[in-house]
Amino acid sequence: MRPVIRSASAVLALTAVWLGLVPAASAVDTPDPVADARAFQKFFVEKFPKVKLEDFVNGPYSMNEDMYRQWQDKEQFPPYDFSLDAGKEMFGKPFKNGKSYADCFPNHGIGVRQNYPYFDEKEGKVITLELALNRCREANGEAPFSYVKDEMAALTAYMAYTSRGKPFDIKIPNDPRALEAYQNGKRYFYTRRGQLNFSCASCHVQNPGERIRAEVLAPAIGILNAMPIYRSEWGGMGTTSRRFTTCNSQIRGVPLEPQADEYRDLEYFLSYVSNGLPISGPGARP
Amino acid sequence: MSITVRAAMTTCFLSLAPVLLMACASPVFAASEADFNSAYAAAEAANKEAGGLRNQWTTTSAALVTAKKAADAGDFDQAVASAREAEALAKASIFQATTEKEAWKALEIR
Repeated sequence: MRPVIRSASAVLALTAVWLGLVPAASAVDTPDPVADARAFQKFFVEKFPKVKLEDFVNGPYSMNEDMYRQWQDKEQFPPYDFSLDAGKEMFGKPFKNGKSYADCFPNHGIGVRQNYPYFDEKEGKVITLELALNRCREANGEAPFSYVKDEMAALTAYMAYTSRGKPFDIKIPNDPRALEAYQNGKRYFYTRRGQLNFSCASCHVQNPGERIRAEVLAPAIGILNAMPIYRSEWGGMGTTSRRFTTCNSQIRGVPLEPQADEYRDLEYFLSYVSNGLPISGPGARP
Repeated sequence: MSITVRAAMTTCFLSLAPVLLMACASPVFAASEADFNSAYAAAEAANKEAGGLRNQWTTTSAALVTAKKAADAGDFDQAVASAREAEALAKASIFQATTEKEAWKALEIR
């Protein structure tokens, strides 16, 4: 290219950016969680105009009328009830040192699910409810629970139950590390991985309501509001950690360790974009 | 072609046939333990690199296990084949992780 043409092109490009015709690269790459959440919610509302925004928390049941009716019947005697009862009992039982979970959480742990995960500015990391529960145990001399098994599911089921109906209220403090964690979570959500070359978005943005084998895929919006869940496929309860690691295995990716930074950031992102939608956990899924 | 020449060629082919059959029936170069060790080390190194990118595939691990089992059983042809498969899978997962560093943005809801 001749130098004159090259210079003219550069001037034209810069003018276009200056006039706002073309977004500058830095503007595109700067995270804007508020705009993201607005766009995220708008996408699903427009894709499923018959579904009310708050109904997305019911996952696949919000996508299919027959399944919705079956689910309403199932809720009369929900399969997570045993876990809920166990969680309530565990939550109220003091540790060996006499303290309890209530001592570790604001408002004694009742009705606070909607505020998790949060960004801890002291630590510079995202703290999920599951992580906070295990830290509470360890701080009181108890061994941590597995993140993917029944005890953790029971505890989080009870805490979610006491928060039902409260809208997700995830905050991103004015701290560049918090914004970075959010952005990392967003990147994880959209990144393809595993031999099947799927991202979280491949199923839960591009194909909610469609079947993958016998299952109806849930929409990404509100997907964590119902956690933990009883899954018929699992024949038991599952935590958010179990959901994330299982998703990775299903696409033939080696799961990360539960509560790895990536999963914590993913939970932060997914919860933030569902701000305003009610907690509905514990949930039941096919 | 004359009948004599054709007959000579047929005789020649028939005499070579057992040799050709033997060559096809068994590998020309049977893999050795050293071949396996080399192929397995390359696969492990690629899989380790994928691990550094937080993007290992379950199928890579499975192929590595198959390779090791075959080697333990003395089947080095199978062991080398599985190790090479594992290396190819690991390299594909590295490629995926590398390209996705930018490609993920194409899926983003804006």
